[in-house]
Amino acid sequence: MNITATPALPLGDDALILSHRLGEWAGHAPVLEEEVALANIALDLLGQARILLSLAGDEDELAYLREERQFRNLQLVEQPNGDFAHTIARQLYFSTYQELLFNHLAATDSELAPLAGKAVKEVAYHRDHAHQWTLRLGDGTDESRTRMQRAVDALWRYTGELFEPVEGLETVPWAALHDSWAARITSTLEQATLTVPEGPRHGAWTAGAGRQGLHTEPFGRMLAEMQHLHRSHPGATW
Amino acid sequence: MTTPRPAETPTAAADTAPRPGDWPLWEVFVRSRRGLSHTHAGSLHAPDAEMALRNARDLYTRRSEGVSLWVVPSAQITASSPDEKDAFFEPAGDKPYRHPTFYEIPDGVHHL
Amino acid sequence: MTTIAPEETAREAVFDATVAADERIEPRDWMPDAYRSTLVRQIAQHAHSEIIGMQPEANWITRAPSLRRKAILMAKVQDEAGHGLYLYSAAETLGTSRDELLDKLHSGRQKYSSIFNYPTLTWADVGAIGWLVDGAAITNQVPLCRCSYGPYARAMVRVCKEESFHQRQGYELLLTLSRGTDAQHAMAQDAVNRWWWPSLMMFGPPDDESAHSAQSMAWKIKRHSNDELRQRFVDICVPQAEALGLTLPDPDLTWNDERGHWEFGAIDWAEFREVLKGNGPCNEQRISRRRQAHEEGAWVREAAAAHAAKHGKASR
Repeated sequence: MNITATPALPLGDDALILSHRLGEWAGHAPVLEEEVALANIALDLLGQARILLSLAGDEDELAYLREERQFRNLQLVEQPNGDFAHTIARQLYFSTYQELLFNHLAATDSELAPLAGKAVKEVAYHRDHAHQWTLRLGDGTDESRTRMQRAVDALWRYTGELFEPVEGLETVPWAALHDSWAARITSTLEQATLTVPEGPRHGAWTAGAGRQGLHTEPFGRMLAEMQHLHRSHPGATW
Repeated sequence: MTTPRPAETPTAAADTAPRPGDWPLWEVFVRSRRGLSHTHAGSLHAPDAEMALRNARDLYTRRSEGVSLWVVPSAQITASSPDEKDAFFEPAGDKPYRHPTFYEIPDGVHHL
Repeated sequence: MTTIAPEETAREAVFDATVAADERIEPRDWMPDAYRSTLVRQIAQHAHSEIIGMQPEANWITRAPSLRRKAILMAKVQDEAGHGLYLYSAAETLGTSRDELLDKLHSGRQKYSSIFNYPTLTWADVGAIGWLVDGAAITNQVPLCRCSYGPYARAMVRVCKEESFHQRQGYELLLTLSRGTDAQHAMAQDAVNRWWWPSLMMFGPPDDESAHSAQSMAWKIKRHSNDELRQRFVDICVPQAEALGLTLPDPDLTWNDERGHWEFGAIDWAEFREVLKGNGPCNEQRISRRRQAHEEGAWVREAAAAHAAKHGKASR
């Protein structure tokens, strides 16, 4: 398989994997209107993934024929959906990051600029969706606040990786991006009457994380399901 | 063009009282492109106006059908009743002079 | 029977004249109770079918074998949620709330199309659903765009417009499989074998056994009989199957030159009735999955309602 070394690969993997996770909601959303909203976000991300992966090689070969260790997505996006609060927390953390990163990339002369410029509008909407829901769940009922707090706490440990430098994106001011991210997240959580998590931003494992191809246990299962049919018919077209 | 809700229709069932998680109904109006007025597109449920607007965007414009949206709580719409139809609309029926076809213009006169 | 007040008779005459003139009945018009309840039943069943119908196809979203197919399938399942919403919205104009209709679905007091009680066992089933199930649905639905009840007719216009890609993507999917490897071809044929007969049952019982047909036709809720639509569908499918390189599992399919139609074999109505009664392969699974999603979502819906109430944003 030909894989071009490009930062489009890790960013494409983020979009691909998160889109897959959101696709798992189909038929399970808490209300019909939210079926439509989650699918919209999943479709936007899948569209981004297809463009990005195509910059690195053949989109289907990359999605279906790579082994787990060859995927470069953040561990955050592969985390299981959990309850709706977990899905919203994951969206809030990721969309805020993606919006800031794409905003930056759109203004550069990198090969990612056109995609980033187009996608940033979609991503701004994703972030708004997560922001609105965080407010409603955080400042809703006692139960929803407990669930939302638990979710932002549980996923906090995967947020440090968002600002690790990415090969090929050396010009991105990661520290500044992080500060903007933290300010936005803090503002949303405070508005939602939630407590900003204080725990570690990384796991204790120093071997690496998603960007180095090291993933969490649920990811292998997810890939097995995603790749099974394609791999069962080598060389077939669909 | 609008589809007013019958608040007091005879079959409005009483066998399920509203529960805490039931969301109110909103009417959605879409401006399909600049230069046209907003047209009723349908309805949806949302907990509040902000979410109603977002749900409307996702549901009624997912094939780029619109450039602007209105959402209105269905309960806030006051509609004329079909029973009053005559009182409401028939008086206009005897004012044909409001319509341009009422006037005879000689052949050959243009731009009127 | 109670005596009918004169104004009632007058209103009924207006209603009858409106329907006879092929004009639309609108929500606040007077309408016979039976007309209203027939519509609520039919629109609700239609809406329920859209949202239950998401399940068999969503079953393959996470396994779609190419990213292009995955995007198409996600968009299609999303459309079904959207169509459910349009239809619930139409039903609500008749004075029945969506929550109430969902309760009736969850408690088994209202039905959805039996076709969705069949399982999607292979990827080819996604294609067969698009081609045959959506094809049958479109055959049924196009005339509904002229249904006498305005909000239903308008919802159906929107649904039909969006539905047209559903059938095409299914056909294209099957065509790709049929022309693919032997294993893919066999997968496609197997799916068509399993979905053909249930698709024919989607048009409902034969005309002489159909309980609601005559009145619905008189009210112009329905425009064509079950058997008429079924025949139209068979006539459309036979040449399409040929172009696919797949066979329809009916040895009795023969062209009748005199009638100008394809004759087809006997439908197993015993199976239809059994599935309708709840004995289909997936009845239990579909409804409990739906109920579960609704119950697990309760805290989310309550949270948003509580938030709106707290911040003075509620509309009621």
